Amino acid sequence: MNFYDTDLTQLHDDLVNKKISATELTKATFENIHATEDQVQAFLTLNEEVAMKQAQEVDANGINADQLVAGIPLGVKDNIVTKGLRTTAASKILDNFNPIYDATVIEKLKAQNFINAGKLNLDEFAMGGSTENSAYQTTHNPWDLTRVPGGSSGGSAAAVAAGQVLAALGTDTGGSIRLPASYNGVVGMKPTYGRVSRWGIIAFGSSLDQVGWLTQSVKDNALLTSLISGHDEHDLTSSTREVPNFASQLNDDTSVKGLRIAVPKEYLGEGVDEGVKETIKAALKHYESLGAIIDEVSLPNTQYGVAAYYIISSSEASSNLQRFDGIRYGVRATDVQNLEDVYVKSRSEGFGDEVKRRIMLGTFSLSAGFYDAYFKKASQIRTLIRQDFEKVFENHDLVMGPAGPTVAYKIGANITDPKAMYMNDVLTVPVNMAGLPGMSIPAGFSDNMPVGLQIIGKPFDEQTMYNAAYAFEQTTDFHKQTPNLGGQN
Amino acid sequence: MASQIDEQQVKHVASLAKLEFTDEQLSKFTPQLESIIDLFESIDKVDTTGVIPMTSASDQINAMREDKAVNSHQCDELLKNAPDTEDGYIKVPAIIDESGDGE
Repeated sequence: MNFYDTDLTQLHDDLVNKKISATELTKATFENIHATEDQVQAFLTLNEEVAMKQAQEVDANGINADQLVAGIPLGVKDNIVTKGLRTTAASKILDNFNPIYDATVIEKLKAQNFINAGKLNLDEFAMGGSTENSAYQTTHNPWDLTRVPGGSSGGSAAAVAAGQVLAALGTDTGGSIRLPASYNGVVGMKPTYGRVSRWGIIAFGSSLDQVGWLTQSVKDNALLTSLISGHDEHDLTSSTREVPNFASQLNDDTSVKGLRIAVPKEYLGEGVDEGVKETIKAALKHYESLGAIIDEVSLPNTQYGVAAYYIISSSEASSNLQRFDGIRYGVRATDVQNLEDVYVKSRSEGFGDEVKRRIMLGTFSLSAGFYDAYFKKASQIRTLIRQDFEKVFENHDLVMGPAGPTVAYKIGANITDPKAMYMNDVLTVPVNMAGLPGMSIPAGFSDNMPVGLQIIGKPFDEQTMYNAAYAFEQTTDFHKQTPNLGGQN
Repeated sequence: MASQIDEQQVKHVASLAKLEFTDEQLSKFTPQLESIIDLFESIDKVDTTGVIPMTSASDQINAMREDKAVNSHQCDELLKNAPDTEDGYIKVPAIIDESGDGE
């Protein structure tokens, strides 16, 4: 059977009505993962044995109608801690790490008896845009196995695109959900900062990190985002606002008539591939034909986004990653004479090159004599970026543009040039800097590879984004096209 | 303006960050960091006079909780992830050099 031809709601109904069993579903999921994993390499750890046992328990106990994800195998990015299930953040320094608690998002899913299929590959500590910075493996894009899946949530996006799981959790600090969603032709939502608890997410840039879903459809994404959202006393930056049932507004009446869409000229300017531009322009035309009003606007500080973002995120990373010192958990270097050796050698042997670069950049930006010129200045630019958006949102409901300046590139193409890699984030980092919600939806193809349309909303207005995304999805068929794994050579 | 970061400075920052690099790594990392710091310096030309730095995107202000001790995890569970333990403590190499040469 292939349950991926359906959606979450149908699958849930079939489980409740015992048309299929959780055991059947879980078994089929792992059979399919085993059949495709050699090519895709999305998973760092498979949870097969435990998952099968959980599925049998779900079948024995039955499923309540309000347990949407009960008995359904889903994937989890490996920087989200899972009790008793190895969590590495794709780093050698956490090679042997077995968390003793669950992240809040995992707790919420477990309360509904979801099945954790396993832990998905990423760039080490979520630093990167291709999964090539993983200490373990590079994930391959299911649309073309010689290309990257994007990152850092590349394992999550590839697993969903390949039909290995119906949905997967990712995290997004500067585009790490939206870029891979774009490269793999799936739906990826980074909710507003504070919408979802960060408790149990291995911290990278604490003022930027947010958890979200990669899914095959907009409605599945809306359903699942409602499920993990809400205030958490373990994360005091998480919002106390009420969580809407986003999916309840997605139906035949969902319309974009009169919706005011702003398109920043900087998002379709220099550095964005022609094929990507054309695909996005066609998508905007489609919105116009559905009754939306498209305006060109300017977000003048976009050009400083990458520089300011890498100063702030690296500074926060250099502080967050101090905890990896070989003392309390993780891998300790063996050739050590004294305590200083434990710190220095464990970190130098345990971290990969990109993580070291970020720690160095952050330590430099925060160091005496440089703080004002770098960290403080970048934080002021952050204010200006947020104000750019605020101004546009005075007269518009949404901002739209590409998620990335290119489609997925070849494995190895950018890995030797860190700066070129950073520039790929130019269209996604401003959203994290401003704390806004951002998503990417399948909008067409260029060079036979998927192109993602980025939709940016006002703070806590994921609803308008989901409505617009749904209206687009229901009147196009890009999301129905799937990669032909096994048929390529 | 070109940044002035050289191998000496990279070494200094590495020591602050508790990292060490071989000479070969130093000659690889230094130009990479230099080129990224050049990129950082592009923000220098933005006039930010009077702009208040943004430090958080959270909509929560002054979250308070009761000052109450809770026992959230069991000690032995925590210690299972420690590389080296003895009698319920985490063990590390000697901090004080006992060889007697004063260093």
